[in-house]
Amino acid sequence: MADNVIEARGLLKTYGSQRAVDAIDLDIQRGEIFGLLGPNGAGKTTTILMMLGLTEISGGTVQVLGFNPVREPLEVKRRVGYLPDAVGFYDHLTAHENLAYTARLLAIPRSQSGRRIMEALESVKLADVAGKRVATFSRGMRQRLGIAEIVMKQAEVAILDEPTSGLDPHATFELLEMIRGLKRAGVAVLLSSHLLDRVQSVCDRVALFNKGKIALMGTVVQLANQVLGAGHPFLVEAQGADIAGALRGIEGVQTVVPEGEGGWRVMADRDVRAAAAQRIVSVGGSLTRLADLQPSLEEVYTRYFQEARHAA
Amino acid sequence: MPRSAVRVGSPFTGLAPVFMKELSDHLSSMRMMVLTLFVIVFGALPVGFALQDLRNVVVSDPYLFLRIFTVTPERVGLSFIVALNFIIPLMAIGLGFDSVNSEFNRRTLSRVLSQPIYRDALLLGKFLGGLTTLAVALVALWLIVLGAGLLLLGLPPRGVEVARGIGFLVVAIAYGGVWLAVAMLFSVIFRSTATSALCALGLWLFFFILWPMIASAITIGFAPAQVTSIDQYVAIQELGLALQRLSPGTLFSEAVVGLLNPETRTLGFMLPMQMRGAIPEAPLPLDQSLILIWPQLTGLVAGMIVVFAVAYVVFQREEVRA
Ligand SMILES: Nc1ncnc2c1ncn2[C@@H]1O[C@H](COP(=O)(O)OP(=O)(O)O)[C@@H](O)[C@H]1O
Ligand SMILES: [Mg+2]
Repeated sequence: MADNVIEARGLLKTYGSQRAVDAIDLDIQRGEIFGLLGPNGAGKTTTILMMLGLTEISGGTVQVLGFNPVREPLEVKRRVGYLPDAVGFYDHLTAHENLAYTARLLAIPRSQSGRRIMEALESVKLADVAGKRVATFSRGMRQRLGIAEIVMKQAEVAILDEPTSGLDPHATFELLEMIRGLKRAGVAVLLSSHLLDRVQSVCDRVALFNKGKIALMGTVVQLANQVLGAGHPFLVEAQGADIAGALRGIEGVQTVVPEGEGGWRVMADRDVRAAAAQRIVSVGGSLTRLADLQPSLEEVYTRYFQEARHAA
Repeated sequence: MPRSAVRVGSPFTGLAPVFMKELSDHLSSMRMMVLTLFVIVFGALPVGFALQDLRNVVVSDPYLFLRIFTVTPERVGLSFIVALNFIIPLMAIGLGFDSVNSEFNRRTLSRVLSQPIYRDALLLGKFLGGLTTLAVALVALWLIVLGAGLLLLGLPPRGVEVARGIGFLVVAIAYGGVWLAVAMLFSVIFRSTATSALCALGLWLFFFILWPMIASAITIGFAPAQVTSIDQYVAIQELGLALQRLSPGTLFSEAVVGLLNPETRTLGFMLPMQMRGAIPEAPLPLDQSLILIWPQLTGLVAGMIVVFAVAYVVFQREEVRA
């Protein structure tokens, strides 16, 4: 309890008869990066807005750092940094001026604000464009400026809505690195995304959202085990012998499925990669590739909802 | 969660930074330059011609300075206060029509509202910023007129004239406040800035062109075919006047006439026999003039507050997401 920065119980949001967020329970722990993942319209943004007291709650409760966002929104917003989906800044002001306005809203003393703004801009590599008008900034730079705002705020919790959407792979990589930086600074991070695989690498835990409900919650590995079955999948590429037969003979191997030219996808109940390499060499094959397969969240998601639909 | 759940923390947290930002944005904006130019052109014309006419006045007039504002020059047919009657709404609309919806469209609203500030402070800060900008412009204009009068008439205004002039400024600012609140209301209702500007300008045209006609049409509709008594006649006239006064422009011009024409004894409708006994041309003392225009001034301020309150209620219920 003490280590949860956000606690939602039966949190509900209705628009007319539609349940945009359907009585969810959610705990975000101190110091973790939590991913709220799901397709567009799943209810991620609505959940976030309720946590910040920016939209009314239809039912249930939510506590952020021990405060109730309905009754004490100022206390919540003083301590929580928020990067909205497609964040905007005042184009006619410079990056520095934009953050200075936020600093005044936060009542940061003038003696500190200059230093805190520059340090924040440095941490997201925008210090050299601090005096440039935001109108000239790319999408990625704006997202980083949004992160700088959270850093300057010295927030205990950062809530990032679709932080990587619209970014190219390089900008995405940089941004994810900055999110890890927030975690290293002790900030709990809640991020949402509709691109499951993009962000799975930074998330300690994830919740898969669908139609306002949380379908699955836990670490990526836990979810994979739960949905795809326990096991260690890996990929083998080799030539020169009856590779499939050799692989099937290894103790612990459950399935061997051909994949591509000269490749096999192997599922085992434990890590048998060393044994597999030995066996292939001993039957005279030449091994060209042996790769551990990360469980993919996309796959977990698709499989889970396929099964859910079949069950229904 | 019930709407009535008690909020903690002052609704004015963050008011000062919002106010300062709005003010500095307005004062440094291109739009402000255009509005200033506009005001100078439309204000300078009547004032310039009025001054030329007044220089030829031979009879000594104790309120010569105030005539600069009220006299209708022969060549332009438009007095300064009549010009202000339509310039002020235009300025106010120009300052307020995109005040909230532009924050939506720039996607800054949810970021700003995620800082420790209530929507109350944001809306009020924007309103006060706009109103102060308007006040600055009007004071500047007023000083220019005063300076021009000083130069061209070659005599300084008397204290009582300055006092009446300041009263006029207050009325003008309140009048601007009404239209600023109207423009901000539309900026809260419509996401599109063009729609909001169009609606505000439409309302302005309605009050200037259509409302006088509608008001008299209604009055005629209510009037009996045959007016048989003076009481009936008075009642009809008063209905017409009451309808006219729903337009802020009417309140403004009545209040301004009361202040700047010290001879004005009544702003309502008056029967000839009531005038009997009143000394014609005898100016009222300032305090009497103030009492005379007090209802008009409070009407303007009340209108401003009511429209702002409506904007506030609509804004509270609005979704912040773009
Ligand atoms: N203002 C609104 N009025 C009605 N329905 C809305 C409103 N805002 C969002 N919704 C609905 O709520 C659901 C959840 O939306 P949202 O939280 O934005 O999803 P996500 O962020 O996961 O894409 C969607 O089905 C959306 O259509
Ligand atoms: Mg969303």
